[in-house]
Amino acid sequence: MTMRALLRQDHETPPHDPASSGHGATTAAHAEQADGVVMTGSPTTRSSAAPSAVLAVRSSGAMLWLRSNAFSMLLWAISIGSLLLFWYLGTKYRWEFYMRFTNVPTPGEVLGKVAEVSQSTRFLTHIGISVQRILIGFIIAASIGIPLGLLVGRYRAARDLVMPIIEVLRPIPAIAWVPMAIMLWPTNEVSIVFITFLGSFFPILLNTVHGVRSLDGVLIRAARCLGAGELRLFVNVMLPGVLPHIFTGLSVGMGVAWVSLIAAEMISGQFGVGYFTWEAYSLVSYPEIGLGMITIGLLGLGCSGAIQLIGSAIMPWLVHSNAGKR
Amino acid sequence: MSDERKGWIQIDDLAVTFHANGTEVRAVDGVSMNVQPGEFVSLIGPSGCGKSTLLNIVAGFVQASAGSAELDGKPIKGPGSDRGVVFQQYSLFPWLSVRKNVEFGLRMQGVPRSRRESAARTLLGLAGLLAFENHYPDQLSGGMKQRVGIVRALATSPQVLLMDEPFGALDSQTRVVMQEILTNMWQQFRISVLFITHDIEEAIFLSDRIYVMTARPGRIKAEIAVPLPRPRTPEMTASPAFVELVQQLKALIREESLAAMGSELKDGGLTGFGVKVGPHGVEEMV
Ligand SMILES: Nc1ncnc2c1ncn2[C@@H]1O[C@H](COP(=O)(O)OP(=O)(O)OP(=O)(O)O)[C@@H](O)[C@H]1O
Ligand SMILES: [Mg+2]
Repeated sequence: MTMRALLRQDHETPPHDPASSGHGATTAAHAEQADGVVMTGSPTTRSSAAPSAVLAVRSSGAMLWLRSNAFSMLLWAISIGSLLLFWYLGTKYRWEFYMRFTNVPTPGEVLGKVAEVSQSTRFLTHIGISVQRILIGFIIAASIGIPLGLLVGRYRAARDLVMPIIEVLRPIPAIAWVPMAIMLWPTNEVSIVFITFLGSFFPILLNTVHGVRSLDGVLIRAARCLGAGELRLFVNVMLPGVLPHIFTGLSVGMGVAWVSLIAAEMISGQFGVGYFTWEAYSLVSYPEIGLGMITIGLLGLGCSGAIQLIGSAIMPWLVHSNAGKR
Repeated sequence: MSDERKGWIQIDDLAVTFHANGTEVRAVDGVSMNVQPGEFVSLIGPSGCGKSTLLNIVAGFVQASAGSAELDGKPIKGPGSDRGVVFQQYSLFPWLSVRKNVEFGLRMQGVPRSRRESAARTLLGLAGLLAFENHYPDQLSGGMKQRVGIVRALATSPQVLLMDEPFGALDSQTRVVMQEILTNMWQQFRISVLFITHDIEEAIFLSDRIYVMTARPGRIKAEIAVPLPRPRTPEMTASPAFVELVQQLKALIREESLAAMGSELKDGGLTGFGVKVGPHGVEEMV
């Protein structure tokens, strides 16, 4: 049938189909098999010529990855290395040129502190409490911010009702909320979590709203004429469609959450990495300041990394769309 | 068979007025037209004459200001899965695999997973896309995306397929292939199709009947039956009957396009090269 013959034309150009370049347009079954191999990435279960082709592609893929990322990795090393070198030299020669390195702890002293604090669980407890506060505040912010953002993005009435409050409260930095939070909430613990929540809430909400507003209207219309009601539209179209924006919001929100948490802990905490760092300053224990700061940096990095990992795990389609656009 | 009588679109004396930034735009005015069950009808006309508006009325996205639009004798109130729509822009859900895209309508109807999957596979097989069922839309070519779009619209077994310049973004070779695929599928499904295009040859090749619209506000300027036999083959495009239809339609469209440009350029018209394009077409300058 002509239709089938004509249809086959497209089989020559499926992106990410390494087998087709070698075999040209073959039967649909063959093309499917080749695709299956690539999609599942398990060459052992398939037969004949396909596995070797896949293996070749995989090893050359690894080579490619190395080649295209080796330079990046070198630059990363230079970047971090020069920061450490600056710190090392500054403290070694006790530079004083407006900036003063006189009291700054050396890398060695901070490293010594790491060994010291790992003797007991005291420092780990600080970390645990900070992470717990972040998680609670952040999860509450996400579970309010995302649905509210979807509603505000979709309905004008919701927008007119919510946005004025948001616009008034948003410019107030989290640290300015500390006295008010202490008055508002029964315990210090709750007020610190509240401040963490506030910090991450606005970026999450606003990015979600922006995502809904910029969602391609044709997708909504397509869903509606495929029989999607309003609830289905939210769950099956808007939520996944806005997911990339939501994750941008979560990423930014996580960063702001750490900023807010540390500020709150420094002022009103009894535990936490922020408290640890501030206490070190009060007790003139300078190496602990360095340790606290580096810990905060690493924890923040770890949290952002976790969000990115979760994001790429639940948005597998983005890998493909980005690969083509680069 | 009784449901072969389904898919009858009847539009009577329809007018649509848009209100934008305080001004009123009458997009279509006094349009009466119909699509009979199982018929393939095309709509052509100059840009901005209200073709999409008309299609959106039938799809249920736009409300009429006057007149009526009915499907199988019932007024059209809003979108629904009895009318499949294929859009000019690719409208696949990027987060769903090709097969999940095709399943979407059935999922909304609560069809169980195994039935959805096999229905989607059958349709994808028809469109020659079974090998790509697990790909994401961004991994497909334009022609493949649009085939998925057509198959997705057909999955809920609509009585009507509405297509707004579905091949407009494709290159001419892919377009020809898609036209043939579409006629084949249409012949298998025997559903009514309302098809918008800028391409005269495409309209003739595909349609049983063609409505030509006037410049805005859009009215029906002419209704032309295509006497070519079915099944249509690419060779027919060289036949005298085909060529004659092309000429006839070109003349009609040219008049309207010039009128559209002329009225947009107000009384001054577009001048240059010793001619003037005005409301009455190209005139020699005196
Ligand atoms: N939502 C809207 N609000 C205001 N004006 C609109 C709206 N939709 C369409 N119009 C106007 O109605 C007229 C007809 O538009 P329509 O999109 O139906 O034209 P068309 O024939 O499909 O054009 P094209 O061939 O370029 O797609 C245009 O002048 C357009 O500006
Ligand atoms: Mg249009």
